[in-house]
Amino acid sequence: MSNPFSVQVSCDEGLSLIRLEGFVDAHTAPEFEAAVQNEVVSGRHRLIVDCEKLSYISSAGLGVFMSFIEEVRGSGGDIKICSLLPKVRHTFEILGFHEIFEILDNETIARQRFGTA
Amino acid sequence: MAAIEKKFTLEVPSSTENLAMIRDFVKRVGRQTGMEEQEIFNLELAVDEACANVIEHVYGNDTSKEVIIRATCDDKEVRISVIDMGRGFDPTGVTPATIDSLVSGRKSGGLGIRLIRALMDEVSYEISPGQKNELHMVKRLNSKRG
Repeated sequence: MSNPFSVQVSCDEGLSLIRLEGFVDAHTAPEFEAAVQNEVVSGRHRLIVDCEKLSYISSAGLGVFMSFIEEVRGSGGDIKICSLLPKVRHTFEILGFHEIFEILDNETIARQRFGTA
Repeated sequence: MAAIEKKFTLEVPSSTENLAMIRDFVKRVGRQTGMEEQEIFNLELAVDEACANVIEHVYGNDTSKEVIIRATCDDKEVRISVIDMGRGFDPTGVTPATIDSLVSGRKSGGLGIRLIRALMDEVSYEISPGQKNELHMVKRLNSKRG
């Protein structure tokens, strides 16, 4: 039994795109956290987290969003979340994340919200 | 006639690496009951949260310890207990902070127990420090919660 997970980061037009794939739980969340941390310490504060291939997220992964949002917004940036599968979106909504984060249907809309599409 | 009760137990070393195995176990139990996929997904999440709490906060990632997941189901409900032999930490005693206060405090703690409470119909804790601690969770079949 494995915890299939990957995180890929790319950057263009001043936006960092973080693509999550598979399962984010207490085992794999540190890898996600390191990816976000790397962007933030590098001065990149406009982040889109693409969850199209995200199958599952527990509080360990949700905590990563919480840990960085204040710092990122304090620097004039934001973390926008896009392309959530319905069952995963449900997890975000239970905790009220949709009231704090912009959760968008797809990457194009997320880029538009940053004013770059 | 009394409902037929089925019991399942999984015992795994205390490592976050085993959370996937725990979720798979819960999924199989859920499928035995005829729960809908979203309900099974929610059950997996609640048990994952409870086990991750034991692995990280009770056992401090000590892989020589074991986490026990005991599931009992009948035609009315699924009862799942997460059992540890640690010092005892009652997650149900934690008052979940508001999401806004977590953000402003740059904290992410308390999300797990908030999820468990939202997803399950009943949550309780039985504690005997150093001997056995059990987090009991009940999900009634066909309940609309979560």
